[in-house]
Amino acid sequence: MMLFKLSIKNIKKSFKDYAIYFLTLVLGVAIFYVFNAIDSQEAMLQLNETEKDIIRLMNEFLGGVSILVAIILGFLIIYASMFLIKRRKKEFGIYLTLGMGKRQVSKILLMETFIIGLISLIVGLGLGIIASQFMSIVVAKLFEADMSRFEFVFSFASLMKTVIYYGIIYLTLMIFNVFAITRYKLIDLLTAFKKGEKVKIRSLSLSVIIFLISIIILGYAYYLATNRLDSLDLFGFAIILGIIGTFLFFFGISGFILKLVQSNKKIYLKGLNIFNLRQINSQVNTAVFSMSIICLLLFFTITIFSSAWSINVSLKNDLVYGTPVDVLIASYAEDVKDVKSDILDEVGYSVDNFSGYVEGNTYGFEGVTVGVLLKPILEDALKDYPNLLVDNYLPVMKISDYNRFASFYGRDTYTLDDDEFILIADYAQMLEIYNKALEKGVIFKIGDKEYHNKYDEYKEGLLSMSGSKSNAGIIVVPDNIDTSSYATLRSYLAGNYKGDKEKAEEKFIKYRDDLSSLGAVSDTKLDIYSASTGLRAIMIFIGLYLGIIFLISSACILALKELSDSSDNKEKYGMLKRIGVSDKSLDRALFVQEGIFFMFPLLVAIIHSVFGIMCANIILESMSVKANMESILITALFIILIYGGYFLVTYITSKRIINER
Amino acid sequence: MEILKVSNACKYYGSRSNLTKAIDNISFDVLKGEFVAIMGASGSGKTTLLNCISTIDKVTSGHILINGTDVTELRGEKLNKFRREDLGFIFQDFNLLDTLTGYENIALALTILGKKPKEIDEKIKEAAKTLNIGKILNKYPYQMSGGEKQRVAAARAMIAKPKLILADEPTGALDSKSSRMLLEKLGELNKELMATILMVTHDAFAASYASRVIFIKDGKVFNELIRGSDSRKEFFDRIIDVVTLLGGDMNDAL
Repeated sequence: MMLFKLSIKNIKKSFKDYAIYFLTLVLGVAIFYVFNAIDSQEAMLQLNETEKDIIRLMNEFLGGVSILVAIILGFLIIYASMFLIKRRKKEFGIYLTLGMGKRQVSKILLMETFIIGLISLIVGLGLGIIASQFMSIVVAKLFEADMSRFEFVFSFASLMKTVIYYGIIYLTLMIFNVFAITRYKLIDLLTAFKKGEKVKIRSLSLSVIIFLISIIILGYAYYLATNRLDSLDLFGFAIILGIIGTFLFFFGISGFILKLVQSNKKIYLKGLNIFNLRQINSQVNTAVFSMSIICLLLFFTITIFSSAWSINVSLKNDLVYGTPVDVLIASYAEDVKDVKSDILDEVGYSVDNFSGYVEGNTYGFEGVTVGVLLKPILEDALKDYPNLLVDNYLPVMKISDYNRFASFYGRDTYTLDDDEFILIADYAQMLEIYNKALEKGVIFKIGDKEYHNKYDEYKEGLLSMSGSKSNAGIIVVPDNIDTSSYATLRSYLAGNYKGDKEKAEEKFIKYRDDLSSLGAVSDTKLDIYSASTGLRAIMIFIGLYLGIIFLISSACILALKELSDSSDNKEKYGMLKRIGVSDKSLDRALFVQEGIFFMFPLLVAIIHSVFGIMCANIILESMSVKANMESILITALFIILIYGGYFLVTYITSKRIINER
Repeated sequence: MEILKVSNACKYYGSRSNLTKAIDNISFDVLKGEFVAIMGASGSGKTTLLNCISTIDKVTSGHILINGTDVTELRGEKLNKFRREDLGFIFQDFNLLDTLTGYENIALALTILGKKPKEIDEKIKEAAKTLNIGKILNKYPYQMSGGEKQRVAAARAMIAKPKLILADEPTGALDSKSSRMLLEKLGELNKELMATILMVTHDAFAASYASRVIFIKDGKVFNELIRGSDSRKEFFDRIIDVVTLLGGDMNDAL
């Protein structure tokens, strides 16, 4: 019972000092709950069956990511608590001199861990349940679903999962704690406070040299990551160089800055600058490893999150572009020339279900292939795209057919002379080489007539519907071509439903199997929307989930380091106060030191990210995703909120530690 | 001219029913250029007295004037300014910043006064010569011996030419050789640079370097010795006589 009382007292006493530790535990639990409770959102939103399926799939996905998250949080919690034990060595030493056994001291620690764990679990779950109500707004926005009514959502499965995962983490933590205590010798425990952290002073010239080397390595890594993406080996090499460069950077940077400022006596010998510089120098030097890790974590957070958001926005834009009508039916059967009379009438689906529809055919000719289109630059093209299917037919469409579809889709229509063609495409990966070929001039032969390109560039457009831009090329030709020699024939019908779209869709879907048995494939807008939304939602949620966890982890490690330093530094600030430095100047010095300590890894991470995002853009461009400002702003907002929040709490707490007598 | 004037200073702790008089109505003066030692056993109130003079602590009643300024009435930024400009501190445990070099530790006392870089550099070189620490200026505290650390601390205390240097058991953590060297240097600072020094100690040997010794017992002035024309050895013997008179609690004075 006495041990229990002691534990409670200890917790109360150190509660303020370890606010950061507690904050991290609570946030960790809350986030874990929220992201595992996504499926409970179904209750609040009006979703169709496909969307519900997607949410369930997403829940499974996030469940998988949760294992990774739990491992990260586990490491973080163990790290943080080892850190706190180190700071309490003297207290444990006193227990031992009072005659307590190590077993009893371990028991106190176990009790404390258990109580803190329990409190943070309860508070975290409470917070998580509240936050998960707000999560509905995010989900609703992503799925463009209506919030039918406010309903209190709660996921028992997620609650149990959180409790079990955290149970495992705390159990591991307890084992670690007991192990840590039994390892210490009494004399070390009692004199621990005197030793403190060893002052690590490095030769300044060595720091400067290492710093310059790191800049060269990072520069080369940036170059490889943005200019040599053609080789996967080099890309991996760039990442390894980036990691090594980051370590060396943090090894050398503070010494470099110190040396730089020392050479300007006016700045160096002004006010508390010496003190600030030396403090930062020693703080950074004792935390090279953690700062590098944090910098890399922040870098991944920024890159992952902004890429995920870019993909989200691009997918959304492409979706609107790629689904101009409600339904598109394409027949791949050779003998079908008319979808309406040959297929729809056959299965008994009436075109009266449509408020409007258009029909048209595309032909494949021996003389109209990818190879012929690229003929002027074929060698270069094959070098860049060795897998190019040069013998594939490019679908050929008569101008009147194309214009019918284009105006039905709400796109530009064109006119053609007798010997001209236009290339309609939107598949990003191919557009550049298409333009190169068109600039040189392309000639197709259909029957015995030749056609040359009207424009020396492609025109954007599409025939089939898709969630992403994937039209690899349609050749639009005059109506009077000789169609007798065609090798393949495909027919298309695009239509918009009449009346209530959802009901009409349900009705149409019933005919789908019959349609495909006749060799016709159909895409509907709602289908494509659901699939794309699912992909987007999974991207965003995983980006958010990992991003927040990475951010919290890095901010927490920095905060703990700063707090432990400030208890060590209490004496230094006390001395400065005695020789007459005002409280205001000391507070400012503390703010500057901690601010720079927090800013360092973030700034480096931002520079890394500029190149990282550039690199990601090059990769994403092949998936026709474009980066946008929105993604970067949203990422910045998140970082300022979480990282800045941790910084403020750290500053306030350490200010209190330093000012207390 | 008196630099320090302590008149009827009292410092009480505790409540009415359980009152501890750490300082009980103490009055004395320190003249410009004097080297005064305050002696007393542990618990005699000498450190409390020093804390009150150095404005770290406040007296319950009475007044303390330094160079004509009543420090008991100073508040806020005026107090900070006063500490920066008029007082120099030497502590038992050196209180050097371990991340700064010797040079930087000394420089800090001047940079917070807003002095010019050139002036700072010259003054440090000058002080280093006086205190014989030129060779260790670029070392960090952990690379210095105790005596060297204390001389750096002494340099920091006197560099800004304060009206009064307050030393709290400056030899407390030093071996006898280093103690002797430090005390000789303090004596030189006092004689050659006319620095006014007030030193608190319980060590008769350290006290014998002063020009006057004030003995404190139970918060009151017990006795006072003036060195006059005595040699240091003769003065030391006289101090020991008083210590013997003070009784058993000052046995550790030897």
